[in-house]
Amino acid sequence: MLTYTAKRLAMAIPTLLIVITVSFFLMRVAPGGPFDGERQLPPEIEHNLQAAYHLDEPLPMQYLRYMGNLLQGDFGPSFKYKDFSVTQLILQGFPVSLELGGLAIGLALIIGLPLGVIAALRRNSTVDYMVMGVALGGIAVPNFVIAPILALVFGVLLAWLPAGGWNGGALPNLVLPVIALAIQQIAYIARMMRASMIEILGSHFIRTARAKGLSERQVIWRHALRPAMLPVISYLGPAIAGIITGSVVIEQIFGLPGIGRYFVQGALNRDYTLVMGTVVFYGVLIVLMNLVVDLLYSALDPQIRYDD
Amino acid sequence: MQNNKPLFDMNRIARLRAMPTGKMPSKALLIGSLLLSTAVQATTLRIDNEGEPGSLDPQQSNNLWDSRIQRELFDRLVDYSAEGELVPGLAERWEVSDDGLTWTFHLRDAQWSDGQPITADDAVYSLRRLLSPAMANQNANLYYPIVNARAINTGKLAPEQLGVKELDAHTLQIRLEQPTPWFLQTMAMSEAAPLPRHYIEANTQWINPGETVVSGPFRLAEWASQSKVVLQKNPRFYAADDVAIDRAVFYPIDNSGAALRRFRAGDLDISYSSVPSTRFDWVREHLGKSLRSGPLNAEYFYMFNLRHDSPLADKRVREALNLAVRRNVITGQILGMGQQPSYWLVPHATAGDVRSRMAFADMPMEERMARAQKLMQQAGYGPDHPLSLTLRYNTSEDHKKIAIAIAAMWKPLGVQVKMVNSEAAVHYASIQQGDFQVARYGMVATVNDPFDFLGSYASGGSAARSSGYHSDRYDELIEQGNRTLEPQQRAEVLGQAQQLLLDDYALLPIYDYVTHHLVSPQVRGWQSNAMDIHPLRWVSLAPES
Repeated sequence: MLTYTAKRLAMAIPTLLIVITVSFFLMRVAPGGPFDGERQLPPEIEHNLQAAYHLDEPLPMQYLRYMGNLLQGDFGPSFKYKDFSVTQLILQGFPVSLELGGLAIGLALIIGLPLGVIAALRRNSTVDYMVMGVALGGIAVPNFVIAPILALVFGVLLAWLPAGGWNGGALPNLVLPVIALAIQQIAYIARMMRASMIEILGSHFIRTARAKGLSERQVIWRHALRPAMLPVISYLGPAIAGIITGSVVIEQIFGLPGIGRYFVQGALNRDYTLVMGTVVFYGVLIVLMNLVVDLLYSALDPQIRYDD
Repeated sequence: MQNNKPLFDMNRIARLRAMPTGKMPSKALLIGSLLLSTAVQATTLRIDNEGEPGSLDPQQSNNLWDSRIQRELFDRLVDYSAEGELVPGLAERWEVSDDGLTWTFHLRDAQWSDGQPITADDAVYSLRRLLSPAMANQNANLYYPIVNARAINTGKLAPEQLGVKELDAHTLQIRLEQPTPWFLQTMAMSEAAPLPRHYIEANTQWINPGETVVSGPFRLAEWASQSKVVLQKNPRFYAADDVAIDRAVFYPIDNSGAALRRFRAGDLDISYSSVPSTRFDWVREHLGKSLRSGPLNAEYFYMFNLRHDSPLADKRVREALNLAVRRNVITGQILGMGQQPSYWLVPHATAGDVRSRMAFADMPMEERMARAQKLMQQAGYGPDHPLSLTLRYNTSEDHKKIAIAIAAMWKPLGVQVKMVNSEAAVHYASIQQGDFQVARYGMVATVNDPFDFLGSYASGGSAARSSGYHSDRYDELIEQGNRTLEPQQRAEVLGQAQQLLLDDYALLPIYDYVTHHLVSPQVRGWQSNAMDIHPLRWVSLAPES
């Protein structure tokens, strides 16, 4: 297992290198620069700014400078948020996104898994249709529609919860964004779990278990649930990475200080170092998440052994 | 000048607090606790500041939302009143020599938040720092009138050679290369704030919550990036007794819909995010008491590319395009938020009384269209030879609606419009490179002076560089206006300059901007003004009547 983990981590290095290089040059060829705005700058000022951020150097030189700093763990200064380094911004934003994403995935699992199982066990019944109908709705309605509605209803009209803001991660501030983030994931997980459960319930070993005289409850808990969860587990890696990186819209709508906001604002402002920093960070996160999921997979399915 | 006294007697509250509860009558206890809770809430002001500050170092940024906070932390020699007028700040008075070249500022007795005196040396240090090339300040060019400033900012001279001098601890002298009527305005900008030399030289990273040494009415207590900036009253501010707000929290809400929801939910006292145009009627109807509207020193116009290879190099075409645009339809029916139709470049909210306008402004629309069609024919365009134009605008529903409307207004002239939408960075980069034919543009004043707008079309100005406009006569008039100190004479000269620009149809003005902010009726002392500057020093909170 250790050798496998080490190999996977080693393989990630060239992948990340390619991601960084492509992102670096793509950012630079994109039209518009970090200092292009409504107020056009006189040439003297523009020159000072270019020099201050080494943008007056040839592009390969800038690339080498960036990679050199990166090797020392330095993402450089943000072009826009000048009182912070990119590392500081990521370290401030990530815990927020992680908390939001983690809670949303947790909520999605707690609600989505049982819903999927119930729908599978009551296949083609009213309950099944209801669960899948709601799930379909959850997938179809994007969270940029759900989030403002939640804020309007529960924040403004009923005034039960804050309509936005982080407030140091206080529970009332978390409720609406977590629900808004989790709704789509609940729908995906419920549908996935239902399909997987139906497939497992029709397999030979379940028939054998039933033939041995085990009760339906024992069949489901002991034999069906664990293998049925495997597709959900494999979905979790990209889902966690996706929910952390994809919470951008929710962070914007509720005004939460997560890493997604930095990514969007970095891209809009052509804040090269901030965008690069978040890209590298997301890259590492996705590689790690996929690795964790693969290791979890082997823990759940005895047929998979990575050391072989 | 307005004086706001604290609304609550904190000593009385402290006495109530100190009284043993056993001895306090129950009614008094109830009143006391009510008073306490109101006092705590009443002196905290919650503000939607639109965006996350790029920096709180006054010389490191140029955003409106940066300077809103910086102004509270660092006072300038010249300050703004609630009405947006210049008033004494750290300088209690100043004088200018008859030739307009030497400004002398007399600093009042004031202290940094750590107790050190604020001296003219701090002001000298600050201006030298502002103009050093390494600081890469984006507004440094506004200070080029100071002797040697341009040479210093371009690295040709050392900052020590800047024409600023400490005459004594309380007297600062600034020498200019030429008389500059708007110079005092620049001294009220956040960039020009004296900075604590002793603290900055000892700390490379000097903007640290809880530690930063400041001169303004508030100290920096907390900064949770992308979440909030918390300011606490600075007891060492020279007019601390007049400051009624104990604590101000700035939230970076960069989504106007979210800001409106949070204001409605009662989470905010002031919202600087503009009210979404789609919700404006609703806001006016339901939040009328909170809606504060007023003119702004800013102009919305379409920039023409006048270079030789452009069809817009022909003045007849530019005039025809101007004639065909029904500005009142755009402001009244498309936007409907109180914007003023414009036939000029300098907004009417700008000081200086420059009031020239396009010649056809009062002409009936039928006559305008007839003339426009004739001009297009003369320029060689018509049904058989339509004019194809590319119109660029940056992403925004309102910009899009205006572009569609203008394209429709131009259609009777045989103009076929191809619309190009792009995000702001791409849009402005294209304009700067001259890669456009007609482009949506917005100009917001940095100083309250007509030169801020008109100077951009003079040689070397940003609009002149982008559009290719050049007129020797215009340059002369701007230069003359920039040196003229007598206000009436200056207004005449700049008025002539603007008339020349408008007679050349160098641009297509559309409207003067307005501001729409949401301000709780509990907020007192807050006033709409053309510079959209609202120092918290003049603001207080009172229970809603």
